[in-house]
Amino acid sequence: MNSPEAALPGFDPVTALSRVAPLADWIGLRLVEETSQHRGVRNGRPDRNHVRFSRGAMIEAVVNGRLAYAATGDLSEAGLHEAALRATRLARESARHAATTFSPGLRPTGKGRFSGPVATRFDTATLAELTGKLVTASSRLRVSDKIVETSAEIVLTEHRTHYLSSSGTDIEQRFHLVSQNFMATAQDGAEIQRRSLNGPVARCLQGGLEVVDFERLFDECERAGCEALELLGAEDCPNDTRDLLLAPDQMLLQIHESVGHPLELDRILGDERNYAGWSFVKPEDFGRLQYGSPLMNVSFDPELPGEFASYGFDDCGHRASREFLIRDGLLLRGLGSLESQARLGLDGVANFRAAGWNRAPIDRMANLNLEPGESTLDEMIGLVERGIYMSANRSWSIDDYRRKFQFGCEYARLIEDGRLTRVVRNPNYRGVSVPFWHSLKKVGDRGTFGVFGTPYCGKGEPNQMIRVGHASPHCLFANVEVFGGGR
Amino acid sequence: MSFARNTHRLLERLSDSAFAALRPGETASLGLSGEDQTYLRFNAGKIRQATGVRQLGLELDFRVRGRQVKLASDLSGREDLDLCALQTLLERARSEAAALPPDLFAAPLENHGQTEEWREGEPPDTDAVIDRIAAAAADADFAGLFAVGPQIRAVRNSEGQSHWFSAAGYFLDYSLFTVNSEGENKAVKGLLSGAEWEETKLAAALEKDRRQLGLLRAPSRTLQPGEYRVYLAPAAVAHIVDMLSLGAVSYGAWKKGGSALRRWIEGEVSLSEKLSLRENFALGLSPRFNSLGEVAPMTLPIADRGKLDSLLVGARSAREYGVTSNGAESSLWSEELLRSPEILPGDLPERDVLKRLDSGLYIGNLHYLNWSDLQSARLTGMTRYACFLVERGEIVAPIRDLRFDDSLYRILGTELEALGEEALVLRSTDTYEQRSLGGSKVPGMLLSSFRLTL
Repeated sequence: MNSPEAALPGFDPVTALSRVAPLADWIGLRLVEETSQHRGVRNGRPDRNHVRFSRGAMIEAVVNGRLAYAATGDLSEAGLHEAALRATRLARESARHAATTFSPGLRPTGKGRFSGPVATRFDTATLAELTGKLVTASSRLRVSDKIVETSAEIVLTEHRTHYLSSSGTDIEQRFHLVSQNFMATAQDGAEIQRRSLNGPVARCLQGGLEVVDFERLFDECERAGCEALELLGAEDCPNDTRDLLLAPDQMLLQIHESVGHPLELDRILGDERNYAGWSFVKPEDFGRLQYGSPLMNVSFDPELPGEFASYGFDDCGHRASREFLIRDGLLLRGLGSLESQARLGLDGVANFRAAGWNRAPIDRMANLNLEPGESTLDEMIGLVERGIYMSANRSWSIDDYRRKFQFGCEYARLIEDGRLTRVVRNPNYRGVSVPFWHSLKKVGDRGTFGVFGTPYCGKGEPNQMIRVGHASPHCLFANVEVFGGGR
Repeated sequence: MSFARNTHRLLERLSDSAFAALRPGETASLGLSGEDQTYLRFNAGKIRQATGVRQLGLELDFRVRGRQVKLASDLSGREDLDLCALQTLLERARSEAAALPPDLFAAPLENHGQTEEWREGEPPDTDAVIDRIAAAAADADFAGLFAVGPQIRAVRNSEGQSHWFSAAGYFLDYSLFTVNSEGENKAVKGLLSGAEWEETKLAAALEKDRRQLGLLRAPSRTLQPGEYRVYLAPAAVAHIVDMLSLGAVSYGAWKKGGSALRRWIEGEVSLSEKLSLRENFALGLSPRFNSLGEVAPMTLPIADRGKLDSLLVGARSAREYGVTSNGAESSLWSEELLRSPEILPGDLPERDVLKRLDSGLYIGNLHYLNWSDLQSARLTGMTRYACFLVERGEIVAPIRDLRFDDSLYRILGTELEALGEEALVLRSTDTYEQRSLGGSKVPGMLLSSFRLTL
C-alpha cells in the first residue's frame, strides 16, 4: 500500500497541519489509510476478490469554543485548506445552537506510537496460495452431497492512522487485522441448515497470517460440515424454561448488545435516540446499580494482544487502558470518551472512535470482555439437570433501551442430568438484560475463554460501522426462556 | 463548476485513460460514487456534531481470460493524482488476475447503453436551516440528523457503456421526545426529504407530531404477550419491506438456501391476494442502472396479488443458474436487493384506521428486525415510538414496547386484512460509508393477528 506521503510527493503531515492551523483557534488532522483484501471462494470456485484502498483526512476545527468537522479525500495542500475552511465555517454556523463547548482538555496533547501484533505479513502468501487454501477449506466443508453451499472467506486489512493537532498531539497507530468466515449450508428436502466456524465473521483478530492455522482450520471446516448435517436431522429446540450454557462465540453477542451498548455514555446522553436508541442505564446508576450476579466482571480492555479492537490511543489522542466497567456485578463505569465524561461528570474510558477518515469520532465499544471465573466446562455441564448449550450466533435483536432481547444460535445440544446429549436445531432464547445477568450462576475459567469480534458494530448519525472485540469464557445462566423455529 | 459537474468531467478523463490503456483481451468497468454532504446531528434541539464530507470512490472491475478482479480506491478529485491512482489499480488488477482461477459466473462486460440523469436542486443555506430547525424545535426535545448535498452514482465500461445519476437534496430524520405522567420517555418519529427545503413542511410536520406527543403523555399500559389485532403504520411496514432485501426475494439467495420466502417461491404457501409488491424506479429514489450498468425495467412486479411474478436477478445469478437478469443489484454483503420497492395501496382510508382496527394495537414504528427462523420466514423485532392500545375504535392509552416474533406468511398472508389507501414515500436515511439512495413507498397494514412475545 502506498502511504499518503508516497502518493503525494513532498507530503508531510506536520507541514500539512501547520498550513491549516492558522485558520482556526485549534485544529486537528486525522489521516487514515487502509487496504482491505476480501478473498472469497464459494463451492470451490473464486467468488469475491475485492481490494479496497481507502485514504483521506478528517479536519477538526474549533472557532470560538465550537468544534466542527470536515472530511476530504483530497490530501493536497489546496484540498486540506478547503476542508479546514469548511470545518471552520460549520463551527461558526452551528455556534448559536451548539450542544457543547470545546475545551482543550478534550484533546490530550502528547506523542505516541502503537503497532498491533504481526508476525507473518500478509504479502508473505501469494494470492494464488491464499486462494488455494480457501479452495481446500471449501472442499473440506463439503462433507456430503447434502452440503449444497460452501463459503470460505478471509479479509486481510492493514490500517494506519496519524492524528496531529495544533496543540502538539502526534499519534501514529498501525494495525493488521484478519476476519474469517467459513460456512456450510446443508439441505435435505425442505430442511435447510447452516453451520459456520463460530458464527458468520466472528473470527476476528489482530495479527498477520499467523492467526490462521490452515491445517487446523481445514479440520474445523470438516467439523462444521458434519454439524450442518447433524442439524438437518435434529429435533427443534424445545419451547420451555431451562438453564442455558452459552459458548464464547455467543457470549460475544450477549455482551455486545446487553452490556456494551447500554453502557455507552453518548447513548445515555441521548445522542443516539433518533437512531440506535437510548439506554435503560441512567447516570445515577454508576456505582449503584447491581447489573448482574456477583460473578459478573466486565472489562474494557484495549490491551489484550491480538484482540480485534486493541489500540494504544483513541481518536482524540486519549491513551487507552484497561478499566473495569462492572465488578462483582456492580456497575462502576461507562463507555464514554473525554467529551462524554465532561458532559456527564462521570468516569469513562478511551473509546472516542471513528469508522474511517470520513466520520467524526463517537463513543464506541472496543474490546469489551467478560473476565474468566473458576469453573471448568465439565463442572458447569455437570451442574445442570435440565438445560441447553448454545453456540454461534445467527440472530440478534434488542429494544432501543437495551432491555428486551432475543438471540438465536446455529447449534445447540441439550444438557440432561449433567451430560451433553441430543443436538437440537433452531435454538433461540429471550430475556431482559438486568434480570438475565442476575441469573448468571457460573462463569468458566480461563481454559474455556474464547476471543472473538465483529467488524459490524453499527451506530451513529451519520452511520458508522466499526470493529469491536469480545472475549469471554463459557457462562451458565439459570432459568432462561428458550424456543425453537417453525410456525 | 459544481461538485457533480467536476466529478462528471473527472470520470470522463479517468475512463478515457483506463480504457485506452487496456491490452487485447482485457475489458474494464469503472464505477464511481460520490457525495458532498453536510451532516448535522441534533440532540435536545442543539447541534451535537456538524460534519462536512466530500468523498469520491472509484471501483475498477477488471476482466481478462475469464478472471474477474475488483479494486476500489478513494479518489482525491484531482485529475493528476487520480490518474496515477487508477494506473496503480490497473497494474495491480493485471497482477491479481494472473494469480486467480477463472470465475465462471462473472458476466462479461457489455454495452448496456448510455443514460444521464441530473437532479440539481438549489441546496438550502445551512446557516439558515440550522436556525429554522432550532427555532421550530425550540419547545421540544428534538433529536435527529439533517443531511444535505449532492450524491453521485455512475458507471462506464470499455464496451462503450455510460450511465450517470446525480441528485441534490436533503433529509431530516428526527424524533421528538416527551416524558409521560409516570416519568417514562415517549417519542414520535418524523422524516422530511426532498430536492429543495420547504419551510412550511417542517412546521406542519412538527405540529402533527406535537398532537401525537400529547397522546403519549397519558399513562402507559403494560400488555401481556399474546396475539393482537394490529395496525402497522407505513413507517413500521417499511421496516418489514427492508427485511425482504435480506435475501427474501433474491433469486441467488433462494437458490443458495437463503430466502425467507422459499416456501412461497416454491408454491408451498400463499401470500394474501391483497399484496402486490414491485420495484418501481419511477419513484425517482434511485438510478435504474446497477453497478454493472444493466438497466432495470422501470417497474418490476415481484408479488402480483399474492402470486410470485419475478424474483430479483442480477447478472451473476443469471449466469450461474441460466436465467435472465432483470438488472438487479447485489452488494459485497448481500444477494440481490430491493432498491425502490413499492407495496401497492389498498382500500383502507387513513381516517378509518382506528374504526377498522376496533380493538387492538396501533403500531407506529418497529425497531431492530431480524430473522428468528429464516426457513419459517419468522421475524422478530420491537415496537417503537408512537404505539397505542385501541378499544372500540378509540385510542385508550400508549403501550410499553413489546417484542414480536411472527412469520411473513402470516403478516403478508393469512393475517393481512387490509392495506392503507394512501402509501407514503420514505426515502432511505442510511448513511453507512455514504448517504444512500433509494427508499420505499408503502401503505399501512391492518393485521387480524400479530404475535407479541415479550
